[in-house]
Amino acid sequence: MAIFDKFQSLTDNHDLVKSFGQSPSSLQFEEIISPTEAVLNGRRTILLGTNNYLGMTFDETCIEKGVAALREEGTGTTGSRIANGSYNGHKALENELAEFYGMKEAMLFSTGYMANLGAIGTLAGRGDYLLIDADSHASIHDACKLSDAEVIRFRHNDPVNLAKKLERLADKPGEKLVIIESIYSMLGDTSPLKEMIAVKKKYGASLLIDEAHSLGVMGATGRGLCELAGVGDDIDFITGTFSKSVGTIGGFLVSNVPGLDIVRLASRPYMFTASLPPSVVATARAALSKIPHATELRTKLWDNATQLYAGLKNTGFDLGPQVSPIVAIRLSDPQKAVALWNGLLDAGLYTNLALPPATPLGWYLLRSSISAAHTSQQIALAVELCTRIGRELGLIPCPLKTGASVEMMNVGGTRKSATKPDSKRTAEPKKPAAQA
Amino acid sequence: MSKPTISEDAIFSDPLYVEILQQLRPHADADTNISPQTSITRDLGMDSLAIMDFIFDLEDAIDISIPMERIAEVQTISDLVAAVHKLQQEA
Ligand SMILES: Cc1ncc(COP(=O)(O)O)c(C=O)c1O
Repeated sequence: MAIFDKFQSLTDNHDLVKSFGQSPSSLQFEEIISPTEAVLNGRRTILLGTNNYLGMTFDETCIEKGVAALREEGTGTTGSRIANGSYNGHKALENELAEFYGMKEAMLFSTGYMANLGAIGTLAGRGDYLLIDADSHASIHDACKLSDAEVIRFRHNDPVNLAKKLERLADKPGEKLVIIESIYSMLGDTSPLKEMIAVKKKYGASLLIDEAHSLGVMGATGRGLCELAGVGDDIDFITGTFSKSVGTIGGFLVSNVPGLDIVRLASRPYMFTASLPPSVVATARAALSKIPHATELRTKLWDNATQLYAGLKNTGFDLGPQVSPIVAIRLSDPQKAVALWNGLLDAGLYTNLALPPATPLGWYLLRSSISAAHTSQQIALAVELCTRIGRELGLIPCPLKTGASVEMMNVGGTRKSATKPDSKRTAEPKKPAAQA
Repeated sequence: MSKPTISEDAIFSDPLYVEILQQLRPHADADTNISPQTSITRDLGMDSLAIMDFIFDLEDAIDISIPMERIAEVQTISDLVAAVHKLQQEA
């Protein structure tokens, strides 16, 4: 139908991906075994692309709290907090978030995407300026469309370019709000936060940082990049999500700027959608209370990240610029990228395939995200599979003599037995994987 | 975008047009002929990322920031010349 004609280039792209096998957008897991394993097409598969950084999705306390709230308060709030009022849990979670970040106030949203829409789209109004990083997440771009402010992009992670842009606005009235992310979700690179803060202070701008991928992951108590960099007091606004390390769904805005409450009456993505269900709130509260003490999980997460990054780097893959719980293989050939992703899937390893224009500099990315719940055996197997299939596709060099035959032998028959059951889950009896 | 206020002849001697061509070259397909009516989004083999990089280079070269909503209105090179002139007048 003609109404779909404008999607032709999307269709073409999708057809290309499909012509190699599976399509990322239509995968369907038959069973979720643990934070790191699922059954896909009847095969036990390692999950290496689910942003489940702390493995919180199967945490016993979180599950129990969620179930209890479900029984006590029902399945949903059936409306927004402006229309239907808040539940105790909403307010309690906001207080706990504010305390966690050492900030004055917090506001919940129904997702992290909505938190960015509702925060950025509302804080910057007509006559104001939004300065956004060139690699910003889609939710930030969409927030800009919702805002009446003028939107200026600066080069990715480039404080000098940001300074130039603020300098040109120096004489203009209107608030200037700079938007950055702590860990950029495609390549896993972090923001040069101290330099960014120096610039925003020099020009009297405000700063909002999206800590989506760093909550629970960075800093001594898991507060994120702000904590790691020791710059808490210089941050005006933080947005974040419960959909990654917190293991459920939901988003938030926290701030030290007095008077945040009024945003509740101005932010359409807060006002005109249903609030988080009580079970989700209870789950998020349980997870959030664990995060400050989850030092061992954070250590394991970074050990796993280092193991994967070093393993892939050593065999010759071109990776993102730094070790991070997001490890991305950069590829320039779309067909080989799709073939690698499919090959890994057939071998029992799930990763993310990211294509331009969603990726920086037009890279085709095989993106993985690591969990504290991964065993080092799972990470070793992931490196082995990437190496074998990467070599078969000519993406990385083959070693001279010990060569391909040894590699093939390793992987051909041992995939399943090498996939050790996840140690984090062995404490608890678990249904066996369907076809494993 | 309102129609460019510059006539076809005038644009060739406009230093801004010359600068834009210079900044565009490294990003565009090498073998394309560029004229004022060339569409930046369609005719030059540039995707949205290449266009963004070109805009960053142009901004540095002429010391101006081009807001995203202005870029969204631009199709041809002559549109871009007009949009930048307008921004320069407003500054
Ligand atoms: C940087 C960033 N911000 C926001 C979001 C949105 O989070 P949510 O899944 O809660 O909507 C994501 C996740 O996709 C993200 O990567």
